[in-house]
Amino acid sequence: MARKLPRKDAVIIGLGWTGSILAHTLCDAGLDVVAIERGPWRDTASDFQISYAQDELRYRLQHELFLRPAQTSVTFRNNASQTALPVRNWGAFMLGNGVGGGGVHWNAETFRFLPTDFIARSHLTQRYGEKFLPEDMTIQDWGITYDDLEPHYDQFEYLCGTSGTAGNLQGKIQDGGNPFEGARSRPYPTPAQKQGYGHTLFAEAAKQLGYKPYPQPSGNLSRAYTNPLGVSLGQCTFCGFCEWFGCANYSKATPQTTILPVLLRNPNFEARTECEVMRINLDNTGKRATGVTYVDSSGEEFEQPADLVLLCAFQLFNVQLLLLSGIGTPYDPQTGKGQIGRNFTHQTISTAVGFFDKDKYNFNPFIASGSIGFCIDEFNGDNFDHSQLGFVGGGYIGQVRTNGRPLESMAVPPGTPAWGAKWKQALRDNYLSSVICGAACHASFYSYRDVYLDLDPTYKDRFGRPLLRMTIDFHDNEIKMSAFLTDKYAEILQKMGAKQVVKQPRKGPYDVTDYQTSHLCGGAIMGDNPGNSALNRYLQSWDVPNLFVQGASAYPQNAGYNPTGTVGALAFWSAAAIRSQYLKNPGPLVHA
Amino acid sequence: MRSVPQGILFCIALAAAGGGAAAAGIDKQDFKQIERGRYLAIVGDCAACHTLPGSGHDYAGGRAIETPFGELLAPNITPDRVTGIGAWTDAEFIDAMTMGTGRNGTHLYPAMPYTYYTKVTREDALAIRAYLNTVPAVQNPVTADQLPFPLNIRTSLIVWNTLFFTPGEFRPRADKSEEWNRGAYLAEGLGHCGLCHTPKNLLGGDKTSERLQGYALQGWFAADITNDRRRGLGDWSVDEIASYLKSGHGRNTFGTGLMAETIGQSTSHMTDADLKAIAAYLKDPANSRDNESRNQSPVASDQTDMKIGARIYMDECAGCHAADGKGSAGLFPTLAGSTIVQQADPTSLMHVVLRGARSVATSQAPTAPAMPQFAWVLTDDQVAAVLTYIRNSWGNSAPAVNADNARKARHDFAERGD
Repeated sequence: MARKLPRKDAVIIGLGWTGSILAHTLCDAGLDVVAIERGPWRDTASDFQISYAQDELRYRLQHELFLRPAQTSVTFRNNASQTALPVRNWGAFMLGNGVGGGGVHWNAETFRFLPTDFIARSHLTQRYGEKFLPEDMTIQDWGITYDDLEPHYDQFEYLCGTSGTAGNLQGKIQDGGNPFEGARSRPYPTPAQKQGYGHTLFAEAAKQLGYKPYPQPSGNLSRAYTNPLGVSLGQCTFCGFCEWFGCANYSKATPQTTILPVLLRNPNFEARTECEVMRINLDNTGKRATGVTYVDSSGEEFEQPADLVLLCAFQLFNVQLLLLSGIGTPYDPQTGKGQIGRNFTHQTISTAVGFFDKDKYNFNPFIASGSIGFCIDEFNGDNFDHSQLGFVGGGYIGQVRTNGRPLESMAVPPGTPAWGAKWKQALRDNYLSSVICGAACHASFYSYRDVYLDLDPTYKDRFGRPLLRMTIDFHDNEIKMSAFLTDKYAEILQKMGAKQVVKQPRKGPYDVTDYQTSHLCGGAIMGDNPGNSALNRYLQSWDVPNLFVQGASAYPQNAGYNPTGTVGALAFWSAAAIRSQYLKNPGPLVHA
Repeated sequence: MRSVPQGILFCIALAAAGGGAAAAGIDKQDFKQIERGRYLAIVGDCAACHTLPGSGHDYAGGRAIETPFGELLAPNITPDRVTGIGAWTDAEFIDAMTMGTGRNGTHLYPAMPYTYYTKVTREDALAIRAYLNTVPAVQNPVTADQLPFPLNIRTSLIVWNTLFFTPGEFRPRADKSEEWNRGAYLAEGLGHCGLCHTPKNLLGGDKTSERLQGYALQGWFAADITNDRRRGLGDWSVDEIASYLKSGHGRNTFGTGLMAETIGQSTSHMTDADLKAIAAYLKDPANSRDNESRNQSPVASDQTDMKIGARIYMDECAGCHAADGKGSAGLFPTLAGSTIVQQADPTSLMHVVLRGARSVATSQAPTAPAMPQFAWVLTDDQVAAVLTYIRNSWGNSAPAVNADNARKARHDFAERGD
C-alpha cells in the first residue's frame, strides 16, 4: 500500500536536462516542484574529481555512470518474426542514470536541426513528388517550425555557453560557419574551440574539394563563461575524456554546470534520488493525471499527488511509463493505428579510418574534446539533390575525433594480427598518424511502420512490470545513405593525404551490441493532431492534458545531427508554454 | 541572590520581564525594531552557533562549539521559558550578550563573543532581543558546559575577564569618517571578525597587539585581514572586499571552511553599505605591516623543492589554476599574488590540498566550485614541494612548507570529525 504524500504543484520524473530546465522554469514561476530521479545524486565537486575523472577502465569500459541492466533493461529484436531477448550489457546506446542524466556523460555536440527537418514530409513530397518516399516510411512534420524554436535554441545555447561560429546570422551567411543552418538571432555565446592538427587538415582538404567546413558547435567551452543564471563554466583543457565521463573542470555544459546550482537554491524545489517511478496515476476518467507512484531504495512505495506531471526520463523510459500507465493508445504495427511506441528511430553512424605516413604526420590525437573538429553540411538533410540517389536524408560529415584514449583508440591496418609483437608494432606505427573517428558520418534515421516500441510479453523487471521491447532494423534507404556519406568522407581523407583509407559504412542488420550513439528517438511523438501523434506542439499529451512529455521521444524521426540541442530547445519551448499559457488556464493548449 | 528561595526568584523574574518590556521599549508590534533586530542577528551570525544545522529549529541551540580547551554546546536562545531565554529580562539578556554574565551571575565562556558584543549599543542589543522574542519557542534543554575539570569551574572566568575583557560600548572616533566608524562598529562588535582572525594567547585571549593578523583554528587558518599588501587586504579595493563578503568569491580567494558559513549565513545577507563600511575600516592605512612583509624574500627557484613543486604543479594543478597561476574567474582562484597563498601559516593551503574544499554558494555566485582532495595522490614531501612552489612563484613570497608540516596536518585532519 503506497504511503500518500502531501500534494505538490508539479512532479517531474527524471532530473536530466529537460527535468532541470522545466523545474527551474516552474520553480521560478512560484510552483512547488518535486523531481523524482531513479539514479543517484551526482555533483562535480564530489563525483567528478580531477584526480580520477579520467579513468578509462572505470568509466568507459565498466560503464560506471550508466544504468545497470540488472536494475532494468529493454528487450531487442530486428523484426516482428523474431523473439526479443533482454539486453544484458549496453552496446548500441548508453542509458544514463542519476541526476544530470545523459547530460552528464554526453560529448556536448550542440546542434540545431535544419528548418526543413521540422517539415520533413511536406518538404520532401513537395520537392520530389508524392511517390518519392518509400511506402513504409512514416516520417511526418513536427507541428512546429524552426522559427518557433529559434528563441529557445538560443536560450539553451546561452545556458550552456556553446562555442561555435555562426553560419547564418539573421539571414546573412557568415564566413567560417555552416551556411546551411537556419538563421540565428545572435552569435554563439563563446567562439569556436581551438582545433587539433587532424581536424584542421580535414577542414583544409574539405575546402579544396569545394565544401564549406565549420567548427562543430561545442558544449566544451572555448573560454570561461558565466551564463544568464550566474553559473560559471571553465575553459576546456582538451583532456579528451568527455563522452562516458563526467567533466572535472566545469568546462562541459551539463545540468550540474549550468542550472542545478541555481535550482538547488530555490526553496520551491526538492529532488528525491534513487526513487523509481512505477506509474503515472490517472483519475477515473483516465483524462487527468493525479500524480505518480514511486518506490524508494528501501522498497517503500509512495504516492506523490501533483497537479501537473512532467515526464522527463530518457526516451525509452518515457515510452515505457506511458504504456505502463495506460496513457494513449499503444501502437499497432499491423494497422498503423495507436501512437505510443510509433516512429521509434535511432541514428545512422558510419566512418572510415585513414592511415597516414608516420614519418610525415603526427596528429597527437589525445589533444581533443567531446565536440571538437570540423564538419561539412553539404550532405545533411535535404541540402543536396536526392532525386537521382535512391534515398532521402543525410548527415553531417566531420573529422570530429574526440580522443586518443589508450584502451579504445587503437586502429591498425587490415591484415594486422590481432595480438602479439606484430600487432604492437602496427599500433606503435599508427597511433599518432591515423585518423579514427567513430561518428564521422552522423546521419539521420527516418521512421518506418515496422520500427517501434511496445511492452515485452515475456520479460519483466523486478517489480513484475513488462520490459520495453525494441523492434528495430536499418532499411535500404539508410544503408544507401550511409554508403554515400562514407564515400564522401573517404574522399576527404584521401585529399588529406591518407595512404590507406578503410571504409566502414553502416550495414544491416541493426546490431544492439555495436555502439552508434545514444540518440534514441520517437515513440511518443509530437504533431498537429491526435490522429498522428501522442503530443501536441507543446509536448502536451493529447490524452491527458496535465501531462507533458519532454525529450527526444517527441521526435517524429531523427535528423542528421546530435539531438540534445533540440531536446533543450523543446524543453524551453514547452516550459514557456506551460508558464505563459497553461498555468493561467489549465487544459489543452491545442484543441483537436 | 543565591539565598533567595527559588519561587520568589521566579516571581521577580516575571515581574522584571514584564516591567522590562515596558520600560526598555520592546513593543511586540514594533515592526521596525524587530526588523532591525533580525538584520542585526544576521550581522552577529547568532545562528552560526545557536542553530544546529539540519535541526530545522532556528536558535534552539545544541551545536557543538569547538574551542582549544574542549567542546561547548551553544544554548537555546528561543523564547521557550524553561529551556530557552523566554523568562529572561531584557537586562539579563543585555548582560549576557555584552558582559558575558548569565542569569544569577554565572559567567559565560568567551566562545560566546561577549568580548566583541560589548561594543554593541544597548539599542541594537534590545532590537536583537525583540527579534528573538518572535522566533518559535522550542523546548530543547542544552547543557552548554561540556568542559573537563578544572575548566568547568566558571569562577575562573572572573580572572580571565580581568585579563582579557574590556567592557564598554563602541565609541566613534571623531577623526574618522562616518563610514569608517560604522565599519569599525560592525567589525569590532557584532561582526566579531577578531574572534577567528586575531591571534590568541595560551589562555585564549586576543593578542591585541596582533589584531586581525590571522589565527589557526579548527583545521583552518583564518587569514590575515590587515591592510598588509602581501598577506592581507592591501591589494584589495574596498569594492573587492565588499563583493567578496557578498558573493563569497573574489579574484584570488573563494570562501571555504568556516568563512563559507560566515558568508553564507551572514555577510551575503548584509547591505552593500555595511559591507563597504567594513571594507573601509579594514583598509585603514594604520592597519598595515607592509614594511615587514615586503622584506620576505621568495624561496629561490633553483631549490630542489621548487623544482619538484613546479613539476607537480604542471601535472596536478595547472589544468585548472593555469600554468601562470591565473586560474579562471569564478571557478578556480588566482594563485599569483593571492593573499591566502602567502599567509604566514599554511594550514588552510594544506587543508584544501589534502582534504579538498568547497566554496560557498550565494545568490551572486551560485556555482560553488570545489577543490578536490589530493591526500591520496601526493605524499607529504610532494605536498610540501608543491605548496612551497605555489607560495614562491609568479611574484609570490612566503616561507617554505616542509614535509613535517604536511605530515602533522595530514594527521590532524585525520583526527577531525568534520
